[in-house]
Amino acid sequence: MQSNTIRELSLFSSLIYFNKKDLLTFMNKSTLKYLLFSAVITCFANTAKGQQAPNMSNISGNFEINSQYYIKDSLIDAPEVPEKVLSNGFMNLNFDYGNFKAGIRYESYLNVLQGFDPNYKGSGITYRYASFTNDGITITAGNFYDQFGSGLIFRSYEERALGVDNAMDGLHVRYTPIKGMTLKGFIAEQRNYFSKGPGIVRGFDGDLQLNDLLPGWEAKKLRIGLGGSFVSKYQKDDSPSRILPENVGAYAGRTTIAYGSVSFDAEYAYKINDPSIVNKFIYKNGEALLMNLSYAKKGMGAKVSAKRIDNMNYRSDRGATGNSLSINYLPAINKQLTYRLSTLYPFATQPNGEMGISGEFYYNFKSGTPLGGKYGTMISLSGSAISDIQRGPVSNDTLGYTSDFFSIGENRYYQDATVEINKKLSKKDKLILTYIYQVYDKDVIEGKIGEPQVTAHIGVIDYTHKFNSKHSVRTELQHLMTDEDKKNWAMALVEYSYAPHWTIAVFDEWNYGNKDEHHRFHYYNASLAYNKGATRISLAYARQRAGLLCVGGVCRFVPASNGFNVTITSRF
Amino acid sequence: MICTCLYDKCEAFALKLFSPFTKKLKQLPMKKLALAVALLIGSTSLFAQTGTKSDVPAANIKSLDGKAFNTATINNDGKPFIIDFWATWCKPCVSELNAINDDYSDWAEETGVKVYAVSIDDSRTMNSVAPFVAGKGWDYTILLDPNGDFKRAMGVNVIPHTFLFDGKGKLVSQHNNYSPGDEDRLYEEIKKLTGK
Repeated sequence: MQSNTIRELSLFSSLIYFNKKDLLTFMNKSTLKYLLFSAVITCFANTAKGQQAPNMSNISGNFEINSQYYIKDSLIDAPEVPEKVLSNGFMNLNFDYGNFKAGIRYESYLNVLQGFDPNYKGSGITYRYASFTNDGITITAGNFYDQFGSGLIFRSYEERALGVDNAMDGLHVRYTPIKGMTLKGFIAEQRNYFSKGPGIVRGFDGDLQLNDLLPGWEAKKLRIGLGGSFVSKYQKDDSPSRILPENVGAYAGRTTIAYGSVSFDAEYAYKINDPSIVNKFIYKNGEALLMNLSYAKKGMGAKVSAKRIDNMNYRSDRGATGNSLSINYLPAINKQLTYRLSTLYPFATQPNGEMGISGEFYYNFKSGTPLGGKYGTMISLSGSAISDIQRGPVSNDTLGYTSDFFSIGENRYYQDATVEINKKLSKKDKLILTYIYQVYDKDVIEGKIGEPQVTAHIGVIDYTHKFNSKHSVRTELQHLMTDEDKKNWAMALVEYSYAPHWTIAVFDEWNYGNKDEHHRFHYYNASLAYNKGATRISLAYARQRAGLLCVGGVCRFVPASNGFNVTITSRF
Repeated sequence: MICTCLYDKCEAFALKLFSPFTKKLKQLPMKKLALAVALLIGSTSLFAQTGTKSDVPAANIKSLDGKAFNTATINNDGKPFIIDFWATWCKPCVSELNAINDDYSDWAEETGVKVYAVSIDDSRTMNSVAPFVAGKGWDYTILLDPNGDFKRAMGVNVIPHTFLFDGKGKLVSQHNNYSPGDEDRLYEEIKKLTGK
């Protein structure tokens, strides 16, 4: 058995040592072989499972295909799509044998859906790795994702709905010498759609949890965590006109201090000068500070956050823009809003500079109290305000500007306040009421010069009635009121569930307040979804407005479209 | 279907399939080859281990108080457990966890079941998880998966995604999406597992 396994392992190992050129030719020629390879691994695993080492191996993975048939709709600016049908899809396959792991992902964009970067072109293996864990050390060769602290200087991740995938390709080591101490290091290039970025990224991170580390601290009410990281990128200076730093280093330090129900955490990051297309090639250094203070005790929770970001765009290619080749992640601190109309004006992090504060409060009025009623009432309040940093002139203009750390800039980028009441009315009825106030600087956030600052008020009624454990209906009524941009919107949704398998939903978004009568469009959507276990199949017809789709402060612009969509997701 | 092939045939097939790759391996510089060999030797030692493996894959994530947590250690002392992927911004996830929480103390008392609620909130909203959970009054064991490592290992595409495991860590059932009433069916399955 050993020899068979070794052979099997060597096959995996061989996958990791392709260079870029190999990978590219490989994608074009050998896709089918890779898929067969997947199937063969399944055979090996099953055989291992059945005959040699019971319950030691595991094959898992997931799959998604999202296909859209486009209909030209010139009224809403939905363009004609020559291919008629566009499709994004992927399959992951993970193989797990004791402490050994390997995996691959095949991605296919034929052609890529509208709104995703057109560099997603064609099909191929975009991700493959092997790793093993021994004596507290985990070594990964090939592709990996990781994050240091809150990601201010390094975060490699995937957000498929946004088309974000900045997977690293190289070697990664994670070592836990003793409980409470984690050390990580890596050296890698970065994925750029179907190729790799020109830079090399190196990083190291150390994390200490004192309560695990120090004898006698385990049960202490005071909990302390400390961490520090260093990341450096190398990119050749090929500029004929500028002298550019080829190695750009960044470091960060973080701490968590908690006492009982109260917790404070902070992370500070610094980056040396890093002229890039995003910061218009200024030679200023970068800084970021994130702080959170929170309280959590059953029945009540609260959090306040503050952050300051100054010139922290950090990519493995100084010429990259949009969502490609980011080394770091600058989280937004405003609440993530998800109701349809509340996504019209989503805030996106401004890497060149922003500062802001936010607060959240959650409370549960227990059942049996006057405000709680028979089943209790949950409320949440939140608010945030985000502005530009203060910017002053500097004598040497290659440095860009000077900025006082504690002064707030004049431009207000975004502001919001939300109130949500979540109430179970009876065993069968649930109600969520939401009010949202937003101020949104369309000019800066969407880069549309001259657009006005938008002030919007949004109200949502979300009501669910459960007839019995199989049948239920959910309705949403939403309204957005604003004097700017496209003025007022209304939306209504009805969703009927025949559990556990079927869901049917229809909704209409109506821009009834548009000052141009001919632009008072209805954006309607009808969908049918079938769920079974791990699988979901959905069919939809949608006339969809243009807008930003955001996850975690990172956004993708989705153009207007009209057409049919089929999505299938599954895992195994 | 290909998986039903016999082991020997599979092996021959694999060798044929991989001949271009194994050839490639030979062409690689010695240094890389040495690394590959080191990797192999390192990983073979793990096959000395025996024992029953839980269906829960290993991923290094965090507990709510920020400590490192290896998901392979998830168990419930021989009783069934649930792994539920959610996020503070996911409405149906929160509806499902609210619905389960209404009866969770009864479930736990009658069957001993335990719920691990794995938040995939990233560093934007991760710090909101503890206050959010407190404000909801949930009694679950909360885990934080801010970079999607456990989500990826479990092959979760969209949330909510709920997995039910038996006392030995074997995956018994799962559902994605949430429809009101799913919690009733989940409890029926838990009762079946525990013979109640």
